[in-house]
Amino acid sequence: MYKIVSKERLNPTVTKMTIEAPFVAKKARPGQFIILRVDEDGERIPLTIAGYDAEKGTVDIIFQIVGATTEKLNHKEEGDSLQDFVGPLGMPTKLEGLKNVCIVGGGVGCAIALPIAQALTQNGAKVTSIIGFRSKDLVILEKEFKDASDRLFVMTDDGSYQRQGNVCVPLNELFANGESFDEVITIGPLIMMKFVVAAVRPTGIPCTVSMNPIMIDGTGMCGGCRLTLHRDGEAVTKFACVDGPDFNGYEIDFDEAMSRGNMYRDFERHAYEEACNLFAKEVK
Amino acid sequence: MPNMSLVKNPMPSQEPLVRAHNFNEVALGYSEEAALDEAQRCLNCKNMPCVSGCPVNIRIPDFIKKIREKDYEGAYDVIQESSSLPAVCGRVCPQETQCEAKCVRGIKGEPVGIGRLERFVADRHNEAGAAAPKKPVPNGHRVAIVGSGPSGLTCAGDLAKKGYAVTVFEALHTPGGVLVYGIPEFRLPKAIVQKEVDTLSALGVDVETNMVIGKTLTVDELFEAGFEAVFIGSGAGLPNFMGIPGESLKGVYSANEFLTRSNLMKAFRDDPVTPIMKGGKVAVVGGGNVAMDAARTALRLGAEKVYIVYRRSMEELPARREEVEHAIEEGIEFRLLNNPVEILGYQNAENPRDPKNGFVTAIRCIRMELGEPDERGRRRPVPVEGSEFTLDVDTVIIAIGTSPNPLIKSTTEGLEVNRRGGIIIEETTGKTTKEGVYAGGDAVTGAATVISAMGAGKLAAKAIDEALSAK
Ligand SMILES: Cc1cc2nc3c(=O)[nH]c(=O)nc-3n(C[C@H](O)[C@H](O)[C@H](O)COP(=O)(O)OP(=O)(O)OC[C@H]3O[C@@H](n4cnc5c(N)ncnc54)[C@H](O)[C@@H]3O)c2cc1C
Ligand SMILES: Cc1cc2nc3c(=O)[nH]c(=O)nc-3n(C[C@H](O)[C@H](O)[C@H](O)COP(=O)(O)OP(=O)(O)OC[C@H]3O[C@@H](n4cnc5c(N)ncnc54)[C@H](O)[C@@H]3O)c2cc1C
Ligand code: SF4
Ligand code: SF4
Ligand code: FES
Repeated sequence: MYKIVSKERLNPTVTKMTIEAPFVAKKARPGQFIILRVDEDGERIPLTIAGYDAEKGTVDIIFQIVGATTEKLNHKEEGDSLQDFVGPLGMPTKLEGLKNVCIVGGGVGCAIALPIAQALTQNGAKVTSIIGFRSKDLVILEKEFKDASDRLFVMTDDGSYQRQGNVCVPLNELFANGESFDEVITIGPLIMMKFVVAAVRPTGIPCTVSMNPIMIDGTGMCGGCRLTLHRDGEAVTKFACVDGPDFNGYEIDFDEAMSRGNMYRDFERHAYEEACNLFAKEVK
Repeated sequence: MPNMSLVKNPMPSQEPLVRAHNFNEVALGYSEEAALDEAQRCLNCKNMPCVSGCPVNIRIPDFIKKIREKDYEGAYDVIQESSSLPAVCGRVCPQETQCEAKCVRGIKGEPVGIGRLERFVADRHNEAGAAAPKKPVPNGHRVAIVGSGPSGLTCAGDLAKKGYAVTVFEALHTPGGVLVYGIPEFRLPKAIVQKEVDTLSALGVDVETNMVIGKTLTVDELFEAGFEAVFIGSGAGLPNFMGIPGESLKGVYSANEFLTRSNLMKAFRDDPVTPIMKGGKVAVVGGGNVAMDAARTALRLGAEKVYIVYRRSMEELPARREEVEHAIEEGIEFRLLNNPVEILGYQNAENPRDPKNGFVTAIRCIRMELGEPDERGRRRPVPVEGSEFTLDVDTVIIAIGTSPNPLIKSTTEGLEVNRRGGIIIEETTGKTTKEGVYAGGDAVTGAATVISAMGAGKLAAKAIDEALSAK
């Protein structure tokens, strides 16, 4: 069992937890993830390692409540334990040699992007961060990003906080001003990453995306997390859990990834409603 | 007097139309009476041809003799000398190509039901609730086992019995390997696997789940932590796909994913936490045990029609004969000499938000005929030009094999693999190219059998014991 050392609500739908997992903490690198089960008979879900402390033996996760499992997870409190917690899985984000990087995060994807920004800043790289949210009350980790970036742009879709617009707005302005980067790293909803890739493509700057397909084992056994990459005119199949989750954004077939992501939409909606009903009953 | 009946005592089974809708075990096992009668069919041959057909050389006539004497525990002890998992192998061994293939009774009529007798002995032993084994006296040596499939469990058990402090590291949350996530309940009840794991625990073996070797800890770190030898039994790994258009449509699964969702994640339950596509029409591509398991699982999950699409003919089907027969009885339709060329999906050109978009609608196949034999003597299937046709389906499950997972290899310096990714070992000891590291099972051979994986675990345990006790 893996103890929840602390729990903090970052916004109404996003929670941060620190979990006791010494083996994972010792090995974790930015860009890697874990798979957890909340309880016996629970579903396995992947979450990115949002921070780690090898000495204390703890790992941070930041998750958005989107369905049954994340809802159940959010009902766990400090001192409770999780059934399973395995990792670190996937390949770390490649950061060597990067001197000037633009990081584009969207929504809860910012939680995944933060350790990368922090690691780059520590390496002495120049970091420009663009983070976007739907509205003011969903903004998370602004201070942390400020500390980890040379420049920070905060955007909201509805303009309720800072600038109005999506993350591509400042990105395009930077390009229009003739700015260049060694790499653009983008993490967020698929549709956002698709647009960011489209914005970066004309510049030819390498663009890394962090993919989050549905996973089960996370060790390359099931093939459920497969993605299609278009490389030199050929379709190549890769498994996000072992080959990724980072990929060359220019190669990813985003439309297919989006389609596969909603395969179980009806099932998930039903399971979420059931979970919410259950918790509502318990409260009564 | 030996029983000269030309046929085996039949295996009592659930009725096909009943079992096609439940996950309970299909074959129910011999009664004592049937077992005694079957045991009488063995001629106790001097040269024991059957023994050479068993990959671990169980002394078959000896254990059958004990059955005739109604000394069932004695029979169990004979089997135990060579096999650690008789309740499993009696159920899942491809006997028709192993022990029973060599049985003299098979020359005229059916061979002795060796597997069925083995299962009878093991089940009887387990039902008797044998006392938990006593913890052996520790010998002070520590061994790490990677993977808890049949190879790992066997290696762990053999070493623990000799007093080694053994830790098994398993990537998933439940130990058992393919025995839990691959082979379904209706063929191998999970309680049997759990019992094997409990026996190991009683012997003092420490089973650590959620540990991915190569990620959470590397092999080198295991040595640093004080383990003196490491056995790698990490299994066959990554599923192969066909490389045809449409394989990423919604409703296309690898058999590993489909079976893992159902077996390990219990998606077969009425209100599961893990989703799986149930119902509709299903095509399973492939002809091995994995394909049969996927097809029969799909049927039990509520499919209205299940096809096996296989590019060769019935004769070349690599699955266990009994599973093929069971599948046919349950109503699975075999589309033989058919090869998929494309999977088709729904796309509403007018409405990109149509929820049906991207789901499978059909599989396109081409008919094949058998041509010249290939280097292994199997006649090579060749496509019949212009013979394409489509089969309407909602789900496609691909069961065309796996290739070894590179996870451990890529993080272990000095561990060599062959062209196909299998770990290279010394045949007689399981020694790899890295000092102190042994390997066996599917990680070495590619997808094979439970009994051969178990045998490899035994062999390595012996070699590890020899190496460490000489220290
Ligand atoms: C490598 C990786 C890293 C991730 N990191 C984070 C993170 O740091 N924070 C965070 O909030 N979310 C992260 N996710 C997404 C997170 O795994 C899903 O939100 C979670 O599984 C939803 O589970 P649920 O039962 O609550 O919702 P469900 O009702 O099951 O599903 C809601 C949505 O989540 C997606 N989803 C469902 N099951 C899975 C699954 N097993 N794997 C991936 N996606 C799934 C579905 O496509 C659906 O859109 C990550 C996903 C991956 C693959
Ligand atoms: C659906 C199906 C049906 C089958 N039917 C039959 C049958 O009827 N008869 C028969 O004889 N054989 C059958 N087989 C084949 C048989 O199951 C395998 O040959 C056998 O299980 C191989 O055993 P193993 O110990 O090598 O590996 P596995 O059983 O594959 O176990 C390997 C274990 O190692 C774990 N692992 C992998 N990587 C790591 C890592 N890096 N760190 C830690 N743990 C790791 C895995 O999670 C797994 O639990 C079938 C296989 C399948 C998939
Ligand atoms: S282990 Fe398998 S091959 Fe050997 S005797 Fe038993 S059933 Fe036959
Ligand atoms: S070959 Fe057949 S009959 Fe002869 S000893 Fe073996 S099982 Fe008995
Ligand atoms: S999650 Fe199963 S292969 Fe990636």
